Order: sequence, then C-alpha cells, then structure tokens
Amino acid sequence: MLLEMKNICKDFPQGGETVHVLNRVNLSIEQGDYLAIMGPSGSGKTTLMNIIGCLDVPTSGTYRLNGENLAQATDNRLADVRNSTLGFVFQSFYLLPSLTARDNVALPLLYAGVSKRTRSRRAAEALRMVGLDDRIDFLPTQLSGGQQQRVAIARAMINRPKLLLADEPTGALDSASGQQVMDIFDELNDQGTTIVLITHAPEIGARARRLRRILDGVLLPEEGGEPDA
Amino acid sequence: MAENLALAFQGIWAHKLRSFLTMLGIIIGIASIITIVSTIKGTNEQIKENLIGSGNNAVVLELYQDGYTYYVDYEGTPEGVIPITEETRQELLAIDNVVSASLYYTREYYYAGVYYQNTQYTGAFYGVDEYYLDIYGYQLCYGRGFLQEDFDRCRKVAILDTQAAASLFGGEYPVGKTLEIQGEPFTIIGVVSQSGTTDLTIETLSDYYTYADTSGGNLFIPGTDWGITFRFDEPQKAVLQAASTDDMTAIGQEAAELLTASQTANADSTFSYESNDLMEQAEDLQELSNSTNKQLLWIAAVSLLVGGIGVMNIMLVTVTERTREIGLKKAIGARKNRILWQFLTEAAALTSIGGIVGVAAGVILSRLISTIMGTPTAISPPAIVIAVLFSMVIGIVFGMIPAVKAANLNPIDALRRE
Repeated sequence: MLLEMKNICKDFPQGGETVHVLNRVNLSIEQGDYLAIMGPSGSGKTTLMNIIGCLDVPTSGTYRLNGENLAQATDNRLADVRNSTLGFVFQSFYLLPSLTARDNVALPLLYAGVSKRTRSRRAAEALRMVGLDDRIDFLPTQLSGGQQQRVAIARAMINRPKLLLADEPTGALDSASGQQVMDIFDELNDQGTTIVLITHAPEIGARARRLRRILDGVLLPEEGGEPDA
Repeated sequence: MAENLALAFQGIWAHKLRSFLTMLGIIIGIASIITIVSTIKGTNEQIKENLIGSGNNAVVLELYQDGYTYYVDYEGTPEGVIPITEETRQELLAIDNVVSASLYYTREYYYAGVYYQNTQYTGAFYGVDEYYLDIYGYQLCYGRGFLQEDFDRCRKVAILDTQAAASLFGGEYPVGKTLEIQGEPFTIIGVVSQSGTTDLTIETLSDYYTYADTSGGNLFIPGTDWGITFRFDEPQKAVLQAASTDDMTAIGQEAAELLTASQTANADSTFSYESNDLMEQAEDLQELSNSTNKQLLWIAAVSLLVGGIGVMNIMLVTVTERTREIGLKKAIGARKNRILWQFLTEAAALTSIGGIVGVAAGVILSRLISTIMGTPTAISPPAIVIAVLFSMVIGIVFGMIPAVKAANLNPIDALRRE
C-alpha cells in the first residue's frame, strides 16, 4: 500500500465556529494506481489534495505514505517527503519566470543536494521525455501554456516520485494542449507512476482508472469498485 | 551557498534602480565613516611625524619628584640621588632593543647664563657625552664636532645648532667666536643641524602652540665641563635610542625602573626616574583630535542605521512580491532554512555591495577633501575591511525579519495568493 488515510478530518476555524472541511475520509492508493478525485468547488478536494501532498496536516486521523505516519510530522520532514516522494503539477504551472525551462525542472534536485552537472543533465533528459528537447533554454514567457505545463510535469517527475499529484492540470489550457498533457499522464502511468488527479471536469476524470467523488467534505464510495476498508 | 549567491545577484540585478536606491543609505553611511576615519588617521600620523621627527626613536629619562619633573636649576641638587655612572649606562644599553644610550645635563627653559657679547641666548643648553649628537641625528655643518680630548681634558668648547647660531650671530660665521657661559669663556668649534628632520607642518595657530617649545635652538658643551659651570654632583638625564618606534614605551618603562633602583636607593622615596617619550606625548595629542572626530562617527553610524531600515523595508516588499515563488519552492521540498538563507544572502549581498561602493566613495571623498581643504588623510586598511564586514552584518541583521517572514510562509497560502 503506497498511501493509506484513515478517518482524516480537517477543521478550519471561521468566524468563531469550526468548519469541518473534511469529514472522516478514508482512502487507499496502491502502487501504480491512477485515481481521479472529482468534486465541485467547495467540496474539500483542494484540502484533500493538500493533505495527500503533505502541504498540510490533518486535524485528526492517520496518514501513511510509503509506510510512514506523517500526520504529526515536522515541517522539515514534510519538506523532505515532498521533495523525494511526491511530484506536483498545478493548474497555473508555477514556473519561476526568471529561470529557463532547464533550471525550473532542475530546482527540486537542488533541494535534494544533487551536483550542478547532474542536475543539468537530468533536467535535459526530463524535458526530452515531455517532448521539449528544443525548448531547454527558453524562459517560461517564451513558451505556450501547454509547453509550460509540460515543463511543470518534467519538474514534478525529475526526482522519480512515488506519487504524482495533479491539481486541475488542464484547467488553464486549450483542449488540444490539455489532450497532450493527459496523454503524458497516461504514458507515465503505463510506465508505473502512481497518479492522483484532482479535477471538476468529468471528461478528465474519465481518463483515470479509478474515480472517487467528494461532496461536502465526505468522500463517496467508489463506483463499481470495492469499498475502502 | 553558491546557489544562494547566484540567486541573490540575479534578484539584485533584476531590480537595478531599486537595489541601487536601497544601497544608497549604506553607501552614504560607509563613505562618511571611511572619510572620517581617514581624516583621523591622517591627523594622527601628522602629529606623530611632527613630534617624532625623522624617527630618532629617542626615549628620555628624567628625575621626577611626586610625579613632576625635578628641575635641578630651581630646586638644587637632590639629596641622595647619585649621578649615573658609565656602568649603569652599560646596563641601560643592555636592555632589549636599545641601540644607543647617552647621559647628559640640561638647562632647557629660560636659562639666562649664556651671552655672546651683549646678546643673551634664549634656547636650550646641554652638557653632553660623545653619543648624544648621534642619537638625535645631528650632522656637522661648519667647523668640527667634539673630540675625545674635549671630554677628557674638559676643554671649554661649544657647538651650536643652526637655529641657535642664527639667533646669536645673525649672518656672522660663528666658528672660532667666544661665548660667555656662567662667566666662563667657551670657544665655538662647530655648527650642527638635525638632518632628515621633517619640517614641522604648521598651518594653524593651534599647530603653532603645539610645537612652539621645540623650536628654540640648542647649545652643546662637553658634559665633563658641567662641573666647571654648575655642580659636579648633579644627576643627569638619560636618552635611549630604540630600535623602532613601537619599542619606545616598553624600553622607557624598563629603563625607568632600572634607574629608579640604581640612582634613588638612598634618597627620599618620592624620587623616581620616569620615561618621557614622544610617543606618549603624541598619543595624548592624538587622543584630543580623536575625541572630536568620534562624535562625527556616531552621526555616520546613524546614517547606517537609516540605511539598514531601508534595506529591511525593501526586503519586506521583495518577500511579498515573491510569495508565490516561495510557496512553490516549499512545495517542491525547500526546507525553511533554505528560504531563510536565500533572503539573508540577498540582503547581505545588497549591503555588502553597498559597503564596497561606499568604501570606494569614501576613499575618493577623503582625497578630495584633503586636496581642497588641506587636511591630512591616510587610508586605513583595517577600517576598510571592518566597514565591508560591518555592512554585511547590517544586511544580515536587517534582513532577518523579512527572511524569517519568508521562511515561515505557509506553502498553501503562498501558492494560493495571486
């Protein structure tokens, strides 16, 4: 089991009362899974992704990633986990505008303590993998939206993460670029990468192998699949 | 570290005008400090040079009573204080870094016993041994110097320096003329001048008063004649030549202890020998000029404080502007300390560059002021190093609050902010 969440609750204080954003969420993800989490805005899917992505910690419940309980981990430990085990793809790419495609992709390796030469070589390889070998030294402003998102995917994959998390990865793209990005995800999953996709678009969710819906902080049972323990 | 530095310079270069304006406070502060320190150092070196002359490194030892110089001419021969023997002179010579030692008698101030015809001599008057003139770097201009026989046979001969010759004889050639000293006739055998002495730099009235009493002229007779003119048992002064200026104070202390023990053992305990080296006098004068300039340093320090606050302000703006960058970096695994150091490095690089530019501006400014106003200036390498290091510290201190703020940003909030 790559990821196991049990009874995860997340509360936020708001105007003197507590809002339960996530309510007793149970979720298991196996190595090699391709899961989509779908829900309308306000359903708690972003909060769920933050917790899966170790960007936030739950108010209560257990969270195991790769066998390690991270529900109460320190900031530094969470940073290391994000760096070595997780990869992120965001809706609006979040490339650093002053860095070239290669340097953007190499950034996670910097925090992993990899030497400059190796960083540069591996970043070029990762960009080749997403079909951008001719754009290696371009700045983000010189790339189209689809190309920028592919740079972001290369960055997410550079550290060979156990789990790739994508939050509305096609939300800011035209449909052709979106298709291209989704094709890359399919290919990555075929090669064994575990992917969790967060979206509100049904046609994107349909590309995943498993689908879970979230509504008002409650994760609904999987359609056509066996229920989580 | 190298990555952080590269990032820092990138950040500074990306906002050239803003970075320059931020640095300006530091530049002005450091430049004024360097200018002031250079002026202080210049003044100090001038004082030292004027007082110490060409570097005779002479340490004078005199008899003191109750902490004041004992004047034999007014107070009479002190009871129990014995004249210094040749044996003791050899002991003085054996002190570390002593190059030469001389024993001499003197009437330095307002001595009224020397005449040439009807002209009264008003300068200083010395009874010296064969080493004295060498220690003070006197060179013969006319006539001859003292010979061994002059000392051995107590010949009544005298040597003048050029100032004394000018005041007593005007344009006349003094060698061979006869002076009346304490009623005894003395033949002038030579005229000497202190070679290599830098001319006193006297530009203001206060400079004049500072150096006035060193410019009266000097008259020398063999020390062995002192008994004829004054008394036989008068205690001498001693002058030691140090190997270097830095040794003077230490030599003075050791010699003073030695002479106090050997000469005043049978005398009243209020008597002692004390060193009276020009280094100490120079330091006193330097102290005076330092204290006025130090107040200026405080004002310059305030401008650095203002500069530091400017740096903090801009760094806070930078952190706010780069919230998303910080959030992204944290999301992909940058630890808190990474972010902290990134911003501290940027602040320190900013102020260090400001410091270096400030040093350059300060050096140019002090040269300029020196040329226009005629004040002395000297660049102090330690001050430059300290100024640059200090400006770096300012960056770290004032960059701390913005950097901590950046490091503590929550990655979710940081990413969400547009």
